[in-house]
Amino acid sequence: MDILHKVFIDPFVQMGMAPDLLVQTLWDGLVGGVLYALIALGFVLIFKASGVFNFAQGIMVVFAALTLVGLHEQGVPAFVALGLTVVVMFMLAFGVERLVLRPLVNQSDIILFMATFGITYFLIGFGQLVFGGNPKVMIAQQLYLPSGAIEFKGLGGFVSLQKIDIAAVIIASVMVAVLAVFFQRTRIGRALRAVADSHQAALSVGISLEQIWVIVWFAAGIVALATGIMWGARSEVSFSLQIIALKALPVLILGGLTSIPGAIVGGLIIGIGEKLAEFYWGPLLGGGIESWFAYVIALGFLVFRPQGLFGERLIERI
Amino acid sequence: MRAPSSREAALGEVLLAVEDVSLAFGGVRALTGVSFDIRKGEIRAIIGPNGAGKTSMLNVVNGFYQPQSGRITFKGKERTSMRPYAAAEGGIARTFQNLALFRGMTTLDNILAGRALKMRRGFFWQLIRYGPALREEVEHRRRVEEIIDFLEIAAIRKVPVGRLPYGLQKRVELGRALAMEPDLLLLDEPMAGMNLEEKEDMSRFILDVNQQYGTTIALIEHDMGVVMDLSDRVVVLDYGRKIADAAPDDVKSDKNVIRAYLGEPHGVSV
Amino acid sequence: MLYREAGQYKTNYAADMAVFPILQDRIGMLVILLVAFVVFPLAGSDFTLNAVLIPFLIFSLAAIGLNLLTGYTGLLSLGTGGFMGVGAYACLKLTTFFPNVDIIIWIIASGFFSAAVGVLFGLPSLRIKGFYLAVATLAAQFFLEWCFIRIPWLYNNSVSGAIEVPLRTFMGIPITGPTATSLTRYLVVLSIVVAMTWVASNLVHGRIGRMWMSVRDMDLAAELIGIRLLRAKLLAFAVSSFYCGVAGAMMVFLWYGGAEADVFAIDQSFLVLFMVIIGGLGTLIGSFFGAALIYILPIALRAIPAAFGLPIHPAAAEQLTFVIVGVLIILFLVMEPNGLARLWQIGKQKLRVWPFPY
Repeated sequence: MDILHKVFIDPFVQMGMAPDLLVQTLWDGLVGGVLYALIALGFVLIFKASGVFNFAQGIMVVFAALTLVGLHEQGVPAFVALGLTVVVMFMLAFGVERLVLRPLVNQSDIILFMATFGITYFLIGFGQLVFGGNPKVMIAQQLYLPSGAIEFKGLGGFVSLQKIDIAAVIIASVMVAVLAVFFQRTRIGRALRAVADSHQAALSVGISLEQIWVIVWFAAGIVALATGIMWGARSEVSFSLQIIALKALPVLILGGLTSIPGAIVGGLIIGIGEKLAEFYWGPLLGGGIESWFAYVIALGFLVFRPQGLFGERLIERI
Repeated sequence: MRAPSSREAALGEVLLAVEDVSLAFGGVRALTGVSFDIRKGEIRAIIGPNGAGKTSMLNVVNGFYQPQSGRITFKGKERTSMRPYAAAEGGIARTFQNLALFRGMTTLDNILAGRALKMRRGFFWQLIRYGPALREEVEHRRRVEEIIDFLEIAAIRKVPVGRLPYGLQKRVELGRALAMEPDLLLLDEPMAGMNLEEKEDMSRFILDVNQQYGTTIALIEHDMGVVMDLSDRVVVLDYGRKIADAAPDDVKSDKNVIRAYLGEPHGVSV
Repeated sequence: MLYREAGQYKTNYAADMAVFPILQDRIGMLVILLVAFVVFPLAGSDFTLNAVLIPFLIFSLAAIGLNLLTGYTGLLSLGTGGFMGVGAYACLKLTTFFPNVDIIIWIIASGFFSAAVGVLFGLPSLRIKGFYLAVATLAAQFFLEWCFIRIPWLYNNSVSGAIEVPLRTFMGIPITGPTATSLTRYLVVLSIVVAMTWVASNLVHGRIGRMWMSVRDMDLAAELIGIRLLRAKLLAFAVSSFYCGVAGAMMVFLWYGGAEADVFAIDQSFLVLFMVIIGGLGTLIGSFFGAALIYILPIALRAIPAAFGLPIHPAAAEQLTFVIVGVLIILFLVMEPNGLARLWQIGKQKLRVWPFPY
């Protein structure tokens, strides 16, 4: 009985008793969720256009951030470093298309998935070799990103919102909106959607798969860069980020692998869900449940709705 | 042509009865109120224009799709919603239009896989292999070799099936189905994509299976010559409904069947 | 010229279905076993045994376990590290509760605990396939990692959070603990790995291996020939986790001599997965090749420049390993998706007709 009370009643009582803490937790979860969603967005972009499940998305986030900070450390001014990093991400996209996607063009999904493992390890090793393995500080000030917090009293206590978090949410929203418009309205966006639907049909109307793939990996690279900047500004730039990025996988499961809105909604659900779980239920289990809670949510979803909230139902035809 | 009377006499009681079966996928009605039966020892053809629901019918019998309404009785027992493995356990084997072979394995292993239900030696014996498990493997290998000889594919028994030409792959698939020693064999377009010689070989195999092993066969086929020569009775489907159910000669001249395949004559007077 | 089948006739099916049908292969196997059981113990240095052979054997066993699940049955798993950990901690608890029972028995028994956990986390495989299943195994991995840190009972409430391996003997000779010699540990590990490899070979050559491969190649068709998918998949999870569990137990008890909680982190899962991919999915020998390559590579990277007199910073060597492993994976997937095992097979084919080109 006591257990039941602790699990099903106490946490909600706590939530009610200190609404400021609840709002704080919800906000923290929201921000985390937005960042997960951005990583998931990168996955979705690549998956939609090339059918590749890009396991390396997480490391691309770290690599992009590292490149930016590393260049700045070498004395390159902040915005020039930013521009150079964009170029680097383009070169990465080009390299991946040329050296990995093209030779593996007709192979099965699982082979392509494993190839992204190879890219991951390559980037981990390469990044560490070139920039060193120590955690670094993001050049938030130099990029004119806000710092400090907005605090307001109310709800029985006070709630503190970091300005960088607010900036992150705004930038992420703008990015999603831009991408959505890009997909729906522009010629290239249409071509991307065509390729996502059917490679053969796209080829037959003259769309160059190779070009599209470079574009889409580059777009994913830009998303990764933005994510890396935001995330690095909130904490630090280190390789442990890559493991956190694995959390994007449960987001994808919730949202479906092919849906941009799904990535957003999924990200928010996971982000808020795991923060709430950690804060209110975590103490019951000794804490630290954030490391696996997201996956368990995803697992639960998978069992009941294998295609996620927004994904397409896979019908196997015999 | 066989003498009809002695063949009729050889056919047994009803093995499979399909009663008023309807199947729909969302808005698409694949089958509507289809009823027919298959008697033991006969060769039953299911024909009809493309999209008539023939493969869906086999999928229902097989357990891949569950019909929304209707009844299926197999060997006297009601079996409307059974899973494919239950259908296999019950004695139903199947081949596919688009081939469902295990591409990573050799011909021999594919056909041996068909013996899966017959291999009973427990997990513990499998762990040590030498002894009862190996003896069982050898025994089943012998049976499989008989099938390989029968289908004349001895030369390719160790070739990975992915490398075989289409016609041979279809034969291997037939071999795997035969390895199950089924009571009812469902063949989905066994002659598709074959040239004349291959068709004659396959027809011979089907007839031999029916006559030597007494296996009841239901086959979907587009080649009318094959249908007429091989089958005892024919069911014709069109847009998910049954439009004819009779001996081949009668079906050939049935007005509804002709209309389904060729359409309405538009009265061109010359 | 030396390696060919001409003149070797099989007169019965059993001979045709033998695991090593060619005489030269059988001789080769015998030679390898001889070298392993006799030559290395006599001639190998402590370093070779401790830092090269023992871990190679342990990783090979883990790779075999993962190969059974991912290579033979087609179920991608990222939970290998966790399952290995279950074996290690189970072994610790068993030997803590029953210190007088032979440690070798507990090492094997700990596999059963791993198998049980494996089956539990394998249950979703009925509904979930492909990458989604990989994510489900990630759930297992992270949850188990959390358990290893947060449940002090598992590591005997030691203050540091690490396992310390107690002294255990077998017939009077110390096997685990600080006094066990590397030779003793090597022979124990070798025997266990050889025995379990033999069992794995028996499984994959018989009806169970065929069942798993059917599920991998086309599970719809597998159902059609009467295979019950859930049972086949759960059996794969069970056996695979058993192997990983034993490997984990051996890793802690017969190699490291102790363990911190992060030994069985997700990096371990990736490591074993790469061994399996590069070595060859769906082959037993590939597990050995992959383990050898991935494990020996960093050692070679450190040793070779040193041999030439160019010292290389250990951190840089590790990073270089990552880069090379990444490139190797892509290279292999492009050139030979079937890994080193297939290259070995092709090599043997060429050897069969040597000195002729074909």
